[in-house]
Amino acid sequence: MLTYAPVDADQGVIQKIFYVHVPLAIVALGGFIAGGVMAIMYLRTRDRRWDMRSYVTIHLSIVLAVGVLITGSIWARASWGHWFVWDEPMLVVFLIVFLLYATYQPLRFSIEDPDKQARYASVFAITAGAFVPLCFGAVRMAESVTHPPTATMTTSSPGTVTLTFLVALTGMTLLFITLCKYEMASKNVSATVRRLRRRLAGDDDQLSATGRSAAPQL
Amino acid sequence: MRATVAALLGKELALELRTRESVPAMVLFAVTTYVIFHFGLDRNTVDGDLAAGVLWVTLLFAAILGINRLFVADHEQGGFDGFLLAPVDRTAMLVAKAIALLAFLGAVELVAVPAFGLLLLGPSLGQALPELLVVLLAADVGIAVVGTLVAALAIQTRARDLMVPLLALPLLVPVVLGASQATAPLFERGGAAALPGDWLSLLALYDLLFALIAYAVFDFLLED
Repeated sequence: MLTYAPVDADQGVIQKIFYVHVPLAIVALGGFIAGGVMAIMYLRTRDRRWDMRSYVTIHLSIVLAVGVLITGSIWARASWGHWFVWDEPMLVVFLIVFLLYATYQPLRFSIEDPDKQARYASVFAITAGAFVPLCFGAVRMAESVTHPPTATMTTSSPGTVTLTFLVALTGMTLLFITLCKYEMASKNVSATVRRLRRRLAGDDDQLSATGRSAAPQL
Repeated sequence: MRATVAALLGKELALELRTRESVPAMVLFAVTTYVIFHFGLDRNTVDGDLAAGVLWVTLLFAAILGINRLFVADHEQGGFDGFLLAPVDRTAMLVAKAIALLAFLGAVELVAVPAFGLLLLGPSLGQALPELLVVLLAADVGIAVVGTLVAALAIQTRARDLMVPLLALPLLVPVVLGASQATAPLFERGGAAALPGDWLSLLALYDLLFALIAYAVFDFLLED
């Protein structure tokens, strides 16, 4: 990525942050939408595992979104001279989407009943998941010239750029999926451990307090 | 369905007329906010996009107050239980609450918009009025639908008063954007310019989309 792709003529080396920033953004937004789809699956099947998947996907997408905002700020500072540019709709919309999803964890945390928590979080995930494409559609409508949309940029760029970008995107997607699998496995293991420990202690009460948590309980 | 909605709506309006809880507070809040803007901006009159921004920020924050109160009576006094026991379509609740919120917003704007014209707006309100009514209606429908959904989502949480603005404000950003862009030319100092149609269609699209989403997911919020 650093040596293979050509150095941008007027932005210099800093343009290479593109290969991190854009895949991060695409994967984060995809994760938000996927979280909404998994929430639909939860409401249809009432299978707790779908709620868990939705939670993990959105949780990791929020982490990636923080990365998008940081790398985006660095890039904006280097190429436009400001950390944040308000007349750039792409940035503003991403900030709005991030602020919306930042309430996902507090929302879950403030509902105690696990069933209700799963149901309400799913409704939120579906609403917010539909909000994401709507917002970006509106941005495409009010197209701006300063932020080159990724699709047109890759078609008019040399092949090496496209190839590097696609490799970076694939890598980011795979990283995201791996992280999801890891978090899911960790959640499953700790749920099993808790169950076993409870059985060892001779405590049959399934509802005994495990502490309130924003994460779904399996 | 229609009879249920009418009954629920009648209940909402009777409740508001007797307790006078939401609308007067929203009106008072809006007028106070104009005073705050007067000192915050240090301007005696505003026009153009600044006027549109002041008007829409004020109306949005006033709406948040109403959204916060929307389900409180049902939650505290068993209105949900009564409704769930009745053999009626649950979507009726969404429709009735959204229409009630729309009526509250209309009542607030009946006072808040003329007050804005009196207190802050530089050009006369009359020149903008017919087009402004269209924008107000399009934006209010969006605020009412999203507000009802958010209010129902937040009512069961412990930190209800905190969750409503946190959830509603990002979701309503497109409404404020579309409404203030559509209103700005109406408040131009040199006489109202034409109403920009593309922003109005953005508002209409938003209303339609969120009405569909709310219709699809609202049932799951009323299940206990």
